[in-house]
Amino acid sequence: MSIAWYLAVSAIVFALGAVGVMTRRNPLVVLLCLELMLNGGNLALIAFSRMWGNGDGQILALVVMTVAACEVCIGLGMIVALYRRRLPIDVDELRELQG
Amino acid sequence: MSSVLFFLAAAGVIAGAIGVVVLRDPFYSVLALVAHLVSLAVLFLLLRAEFVAAAQVVVYAGAVMVLYVFVVAYVGSESASLGERLRGPGPVGSGLRLAGAVVGAALLVEISIALLGTGLEAVEGKGAGYSPGPQTFGTPAYIGKLLLTRFLLAFEMASFLLLIAAVGAVVLARRRHGLGDDEERELLTPLDLLRPRETGTMAEGVGRRP
Repeated sequence: MSIAWYLAVSAIVFALGAVGVMTRRNPLVVLLCLELMLNGGNLALIAFSRMWGNGDGQILALVVMTVAACEVCIGLGMIVALYRRRLPIDVDELRELQG
Repeated sequence: MSSVLFFLAAAGVIAGAIGVVVLRDPFYSVLALVAHLVSLAVLFLLLRAEFVAAAQVVVYAGAVMVLYVFVVAYVGSESASLGERLRGPGPVGSGLRLAGAVVGAALLVEISIALLGTGLEAVEGKGAGYSPGPQTFGTPAYIGKLLLTRFLLAFEMASFLLLIAAVGAVVLARRRHGLGDDEERELLTPLDLLRPRETGTMAEGVGRRP
């Protein structure tokens, strides 16, 4: 398969993740859709790494995975804190920072 | 053979992504993401990224998804639809949802033009030359050598970032208002008579005086 097929799949996954981030209201699902977007980026990175036969893209993909794990860790901690304070688990209802 | 595997794995990747976005229950979304990640690992293997595929399955589909499942089970899905129950399916919400889908489609078209309409001729090829071996492209030995030589700084920064995230998650999700009176600790072993009563319990962490 040529590299272009992999890039097409990565573009589809990224766009699906972006749609999910924009349309879903549950912050848990928003975090999952952020994971989708990061995975689309990772697939493109690894496809380009294969294209040039160079390992730098794979290292960058590993770093992206680390950053995604940190983001999940902090995001789930925030959701648990919201739940403890009996706030609604809904990104549309959480508008305390709005002026 | 590799073409068949590619199309099967790509179908799994895209179906999993659609499932994450469309399914209503967050628990099913998490399970769809697990299917997505495992199919994505197959694509990584097809691209000769063996170590990244293994890390994807172990770290993502294993550890991170277990964390998600725990939090979904803890928070529960009945509170997820609280806002929808308060507001109901109003015209504003569905209009915004449609606008989000339209923006997403525009984004897909734009990225596809950028990626596939590129002037790089190598995009149409099958990639650089590859010969199997113990230390070739993508194996753990290759990745480890790169991580500990050229990318040592990135490696250390990533480990430091993980440490900060772990501390931050504990600080964010800890209890803030102490324990209730009904959370007394039972005597489990004779050793418990010897040490202070709060040792090793949540009460020690939140600073309640016995």
